[in-house]
This record gives sequence, C-alpha cells and structure tokens, in this order.
Amino acid sequence: MATDSAPRSRRASLSLRVLVPVAIFGLWWLLTGTGVIPGTDLPSPAATWDAFIQLWTHEDLLGDIGISVARAGIGLAIGAGLGLVLGIIVGLFSLGEELLDSSMQMLRTVPFPAVIFLFIVWFGIGETAKVGLIALATLFPMYLNASNGVRNVDRKVVEAARSFGLRGAGLVRQVVIPLAMPSILTGLRFATGVSVIALVFAETINANQGIGYLVSEASSFNNTPNLVVCIILYALLGIGADALVRILERTLMPWRRQVAVR
Amino acid sequence: MTLSVDSPATGTPAVIARHVTKSFGGRQVLADLDLTIEQGQFIALLGASGSGKTTLLRVLLGLEATTSGDVFVPETRTTVFQEPRLVASMKVWRNVVVGQPRATGTRAAAVAALDEVGLADQADSWPGTLSGGEAQRVALARALVRQPRLLLLDEPFAALDALTRLKMQALVAELCSRHRPGVLLVTHDVEEALLLADRVLVLKDGRISLDLGIDLPRPRHIGGAEFDALRDRFMAELGVLDPVRRVPTPPA
Repeated sequence: MATDSAPRSRRASLSLRVLVPVAIFGLWWLLTGTGVIPGTDLPSPAATWDAFIQLWTHEDLLGDIGISVARAGIGLAIGAGLGLVLGIIVGLFSLGEELLDSSMQMLRTVPFPAVIFLFIVWFGIGETAKVGLIALATLFPMYLNASNGVRNVDRKVVEAARSFGLRGAGLVRQVVIPLAMPSILTGLRFATGVSVIALVFAETINANQGIGYLVSEASSFNNTPNLVVCIILYALLGIGADALVRILERTLMPWRRQVAVR
Repeated sequence: MTLSVDSPATGTPAVIARHVTKSFGGRQVLADLDLTIEQGQFIALLGASGSGKTTLLRVLLGLEATTSGDVFVPETRTTVFQEPRLVASMKVWRNVVVGQPRATGTRAAAVAALDEVGLADQADSWPGTLSGGEAQRVALARALVRQPRLLLLDEPFAALDALTRLKMQALVAELCSRHRPGVLLVTHDVEEALLLADRVLVLKDGRISLDLGIDLPRPRHIGGAEFDALRDRFMAELGVLDPVRRVPTPPA
C-alpha cells in the first residue's frame, strides 16, 4: 500500500501511471527513427504497426490469438481448478495435509519447462501436451495459496459459526471459502501470470497455430517486426488476464470494497 | 463423561452439572464441580485468570468434552464470545441467523433481533464497517434470535471501552429480563457481576468456592454499603483485597 502526504486527484494519478509507458514508447520511436538502433535489431513503431496490419489482414492473427487464449484458458481452468480443490482439502483436513502436502511441496520446486520432453513422450505433440504443461504450471501457485488461505481462516470465527449450528459443507461454503477468498484470488493471479509463461513454452511444441507458432516462425526468418508484435501481444494478454482477476476480486469479495485500510 | 442435550419442560433447571472434572494433560482445571442454573436465572461466574471459567463455559456449550462427570444442558443454548466473531463475508443480518435453517433464519427474524439491540438499520451493512460496540451488539442479537434457554456470556464486555461497556451491560440486563433465559456470565469484573447477576459464584481451584444470592434492588448502581460489602467479600475470595485492612495483599 503506497502512502503519500496528500491524496492525488484521479486524473493526476492516471497521468502518473501512463508517464513511464509513454516515455518508453517515445524513446523507442526516437532511437529507431534516428537510426541509433538499426531496424534489423529493433523495428521502429511504424514498422511494427505495419507488421501487425500485415499479420492481421494476410495471415490469421486473430485466429492465432484465439488459439493461444484458449490453450492458456483451458490449461488454467484445469490446473488452477485442481490446485483449488487440492488446496482446500489439504487446508481443511489434517489427513489431506499429511497425505499430500509434502509431495506437492516437492513437486512445486521442479521447474515446469523441465518436463516438456516427458509430456511430448506421454501425450504426443498435439494439444494435450500443451494444455497439460499449462495446467501443471498453474496448479502449484493456486494450490499453495488456497491451502494457506484455508488454513489461516480465523479459527475463532469458524468455532462460533459451528456453535450456531453451521456444520460440514455449509460451514465450508459459507464461512471457510469466503474467508479464504483473498488468498485464493492471489493464487489465481499468480496462476494467470504463470499461464502466459507456460503458454510460451507450450507453443514451442510443434505448434502450427497460435502466437508461439508466429514467434518460432519469425525467429527462424529473422523477422524482428513480427517478433515484437508477438511480444507486445503476450504483454497485452498478461494485462488482460490480470484485469479479469481484478474484476473477479470485486465481484467475489464485495465486503472488502467498503472497508478501508485503517 | 457425558454431555446430555435435551429440552426438559419449563421449570426444570437450565443447567445441571454433577461431579464435572476436566483435565488438560494432567492439570486439573475443573475438579468435581457441581453447578445448577435455574431457568431465567442470571448467574455470574468470577474467577482469576486461568481458574477455568472459560473452560466451564466451553463445556456447557459443547465445544469441550469433560474428563468425567455429567452435564445436562438444553438444546437451544447460545453464546456471546469476548470478540464479536462475525463472518466478514456475510452481511450483518445473515450473521445474525447464521446456521439457522431457511424457514426460521429469515431476514425478518434477523431484523427483529437487530431492532432489539438498536441496529435494525445496519442489517445490510458488512461487519467490517461496524464499530467494536456495534459488532458486539450484533453478536448479542445472533445469540438471542434463537430464543435460547441458556445464554453463555464469555466476558462479552471485556474488549469494549468504558462508556460502551456500561451501555452494553444495561442492554444485556434488559434483554435477559425480557427473554428470561438461564444466563451464565463469565467475568473477572466483580462490579459487573454484582450489577447484573441474581447469583454470583467464584471458581477457585477447579470448583465453586463461593456461591451467594444477590438481593440488591434493581436497577442497580455501583456503590452503597451493601454493594461495597459484597464487593469486598468477593474480592477477598478472589485473593485481591485483604478483607480486614482493605488494601491489596502483597504477593505471597
């Protein structure tokens, strides 16, 4: 939480936020336009825009974006979903914790790109391996945050709710999960971030569609403008996913909106 | 060891505890304790820190099993804890009827209970926006909406500021005299006990060491010869005040 002596107006705050991105863009435009950086190293904004238009009109860029978003989304849904369920089980039951937690903690330290080749051997070079890799990568951040969140729910509140007759599934649904929601959404935020990273790796597996396919194609043809277009697309995907989670935070935790930090 | 939950006919005691013993790892917190609370009777339980008052309350609530002994309590018994313990993700009115079946846990029932503690207009607020005193009043409404035959109060005023505490004590006295549940108020505040209770008990070494009916006229006020005499008697029993010299006893 940032603190300042005087609160800034909304407009001033917004201008500050866009200041650095605008400055970077200006620098990019200046350095490539004056030839300080040759176009073969980094294309100018104009050349990048041309490349984008070219990909959009003559190739199926929108289709590629759709494919990539679908891969990331399905992988995230499977991985984060599984991580959520496991996290809640481990957070709730000591049996679950003893059974699963140490194994999960061990597995989470394995860097997921290390298993790419195994996944190809197991699942072939089709969609299963790609989605599976994203699912694997997103499982752990969700698992860790969900299990921690459930474990740290105020026991006194749970005890009170129980003494007023709330038990079992009702207790979990009405009290435990809502109170663990801040942690769960933090997990989702990490998981969406990781899903885009995993997407980049997944799409190196014999892709013939998707942003990753465009990246490897552009790389083999030294097509830096197309490469920069793809990198910007990845960044936009990441920002979009983050915005989506922020909206989820507002809708799933309305009680946090009115409560200011005191 | 048994905790029997039943709903005996009105007129029978709200609590009957016989030979209750509770040990934690060899340390006996409750030792062969006997306690009866009549229906509609307001009992205050005094005791030093660690004397087992809260343990007794938790036994009566069913949160703690006894090591040995028999306890009879009514099925409808509720509690107000030292902290409000509201569920932050539920609106105030839903907190009041938490755990109630849909048929009885209606918004109307919750608002009626909130009205009794003067918070009907906060029914749709989030608990996080309430002050400490307001949150504790919601906790009181939550305990009373179930029309308990036994109300257990675990130092519910301890965390409140002095002014709010006085208002809250008056509110509890009024609501208890209207609803007439059996009440067990656990407290370490002798004056609070004398202001509110029909009977004041002292818990010492795991059993009831002093049990006095309080006949002071209501509404009660702190002070007066009779009040002071009773206070000194309980203070002495708690080992705080020397009954003869009226000065704090030095540590042994």
